[in-house]
Amino acid sequence: MAINRNFRTCPTTGLVFHEQGEKLIRWNAVAGVVSLLVGGVLALLVILTRWPAVHLLPADWFYLALTAHGLDMLVFWIIFFEIAVLYFCASTLLRCRIAAPRWAWTGFFLMVIGALTNNVAVFRGDSSVMFTSYAPMGAHPAFYLGLILFAVGALIGLFVFLGTLVVAKSEKTYIGSLPLVTFGAVTACIIAVFTIASGAIILIPTFLWSLGLVNSIDSLMYKTVWWAFGHSSQQINVAAHVSIWYLIAAIVFGAKPMSEKVSRGAFLLYIFFLQLASAHHLLADPGLTSNWKIFNTSYAMYLAVLASMVHGLTVPGAIEVAQRQKGYNKGLFEWLRKAPWGNPVFSGMFISLIGFGFLGGISGVMMGTEQLNLIIHNTIYVPGHFHATVVVGTTLAFMSLTYFLIPVLFRRELMFPGLSKWQPYLFGLGMSGFAVFMMGAGTLGVPRRHWDMTFAGNPLGHEFPGAAYLMMGLMALSGLVAIVGGVAYLLITVGSVFFGKKIETPDFKAVTVREGRAAWPARQPVAVAIASHGNIGLGGFVAPGTFTLAMVFLVAFVLYYFVNWKYLSTVWPLS
Amino acid sequence: MSAIQPPPDRIWWKQPLDRVEGTWIVIAFVWCMVLFFMMPYWHIYGKQNLSNEAYRTTPEMFSKKTQEVVDKYTVRTETELKIPVVHPPAGSDVYLIARLWQWWPMLELEEGKTYRLHLSSMDYLHGFSLQPENINIEVHPGYEHIVTVTPTKPGTYSIICNEYCGINHHTMASKLYVVKK
Ligand code: HEM
Ligand SMILES: [Cu+2]
Ligand SMILES: [Cu+2]
Repeated sequence: MAINRNFRTCPTTGLVFHEQGEKLIRWNAVAGVVSLLVGGVLALLVILTRWPAVHLLPADWFYLALTAHGLDMLVFWIIFFEIAVLYFCASTLLRCRIAAPRWAWTGFFLMVIGALTNNVAVFRGDSSVMFTSYAPMGAHPAFYLGLILFAVGALIGLFVFLGTLVVAKSEKTYIGSLPLVTFGAVTACIIAVFTIASGAIILIPTFLWSLGLVNSIDSLMYKTVWWAFGHSSQQINVAAHVSIWYLIAAIVFGAKPMSEKVSRGAFLLYIFFLQLASAHHLLADPGLTSNWKIFNTSYAMYLAVLASMVHGLTVPGAIEVAQRQKGYNKGLFEWLRKAPWGNPVFSGMFISLIGFGFLGGISGVMMGTEQLNLIIHNTIYVPGHFHATVVVGTTLAFMSLTYFLIPVLFRRELMFPGLSKWQPYLFGLGMSGFAVFMMGAGTLGVPRRHWDMTFAGNPLGHEFPGAAYLMMGLMALSGLVAIVGGVAYLLITVGSVFFGKKIETPDFKAVTVREGRAAWPARQPVAVAIASHGNIGLGGFVAPGTFTLAMVFLVAFVLYYFVNWKYLSTVWPLS
Repeated sequence: MSAIQPPPDRIWWKQPLDRVEGTWIVIAFVWCMVLFFMMPYWHIYGKQNLSNEAYRTTPEMFSKKTQEVVDKYTVRTETELKIPVVHPPAGSDVYLIARLWQWWPMLELEEGKTYRLHLSSMDYLHGFSLQPENINIEVHPGYEHIVTVTPTKPGTYSIICNEYCGINHHTMASKLYVVKK
């Protein structure tokens, strides 16, 4: 079988696409968006139920919808899209043919079958166990089987990605070291391999248990190993969306990393220090010692936190430097004011960065502190935190990337350009409000995954204060704004892909490259990259605006952190 | 060269640091150290630390022990289900069972006294969530977790379940009374 070496060069951006690679990127992205659609419908049902004034679904449907929402969003939407991003970072950025396209398609179909199997199990109604499926609560075997098939498919995708890197190296499609964005994708991939291994260790015995072949599963063992899988998978998301931040900074501004060493070093910290951070999901559990908890949350987590704080500075810093070199060099913030706020690729990315840091990051560190965890564990604060990380952070970053990919990958013009300008604001700000109000309600004790906070008809029920109801109402309203933003995204992407105006390229032809090397691009990719810092900045700092933002972030972080210690000191003494 | 192209120097780890970056890394690192030291600090000087004392148990063993305390110290029963309300001596061992979908028995404690509260589940995971204090502890089956608590203010508190435990998870609620000596 001949190797497919057909490439095309995108006339607008100069990016090079391999024929098979391009198809794979498209189909994985499409499967992701379909999962997002299903998960989004479920989000609407869930939020209308958690809004005490509406309380839409009956209890069994609520728990079913919540289980499916968690899986379709967190697992299927995110991972399908991530596979697309990985193929893009390997095949397109390195201008290399995708290795073993047949395997890649096998992986893709396994993922599709797995996602369908799992969804069928949930919608049958006997697997409403939430995406965590904590043993000894059991689901239908098809629930675990679906997840296992999906994971095997994803694992194949990861190896295709790594294989493509090997091909690129041996066929010399690039010169020197990997680009930073691809480097970030490699970190995501390495963490993903670890994640899937942990997933196999826990899901395979649980699957056998659901079939009656294994006698019992210890609940603490399950939870510990499950989170080695569940938490690391969040780290894949972080590595992926940080790579996308760098990618978008490069695409929109031609920004180059402030220094390669720092950005790459920070990615390496993710690999070294992330895995054991899963201990912060077990801080309120018995049977583990404080030493173990502190060691695993601090040594592991804080160096990863450090890495995120570094990326949080270097990404806007790179943008600031690029903008200042273009002449927006006045004062602290001219570079930011003059940024293209009407371009959803940029606005989405920037809201993702700010929301991830200020809301997701700060709340995450607070929750991940051994003692502070006691006052928020399993309250609705927790979904508040992770909607800030995985929705405002990851999902919004993926959304902004799609706006770039539609013309480039699907060769269609964006439909509804006016709406697309607003979409990142609707979704990003709606979701940020949603997350903040959830955190507010959680601080007042409202539980997560709970059908009825009024405890109607229960003589022993708890009466939450009015403020908690207010928070839940505001949460629902901001959630609805986010849903409008989500609908807008789906409308724009699905509309453009099917009905958008075709971008015709008169002299288009796929080029077959004998040696495996793609034709070199005629133009510089996207914006012309900038060589070195000139005479810019203030007071010896090339990026003083970013530094100021970073200090604001630090102050917010310190205040919020100690306010919570203060609050902890007022609750009943425990030892 | 931008982030989507190979770096200009192949040996990227020898590139110099930018000043903004260097400063920020130092600040962020110091802050991460503070984050770390707060936890051991609170173990020494703070009053709210989750106990490490836990033993393996079985539902049978744990219900037997709970039953003994209930038999000895029940002061009244509440609701149609006649759930016993236990008022154990100050400073003693108190048992609380979590099961689908009930906390059993109900507890009445004295203000300012310290109790050893034993928690375990008979079936799935449950979440001990004391409101409005907002103290939250995971309850596992097969593990007996012993938490030392000191109620500070008299009043009626709620214990709700905040770990999803099946279709009636939201009905799992109970009361805890704190009375003046
Ligand atoms: C407009 C969009 C969204 C809205 C309004 C929304 C709303 C909600 C609500 C109300 C909950 C229930 C909280 C609870 O009762 O415990 C929830 C849970 C959850 N959501 Fe979303 N969500 C949205 C998008 C997303 C996205 C994009 C993701 C992932 C990428 C996501 C992941 C999750 C997960 C993992 C859970 C937890 C499920 C569980 O506790 O088992 N959501 N969401
Ligand atoms: Cu329960
Ligand atoms: Cu429960």
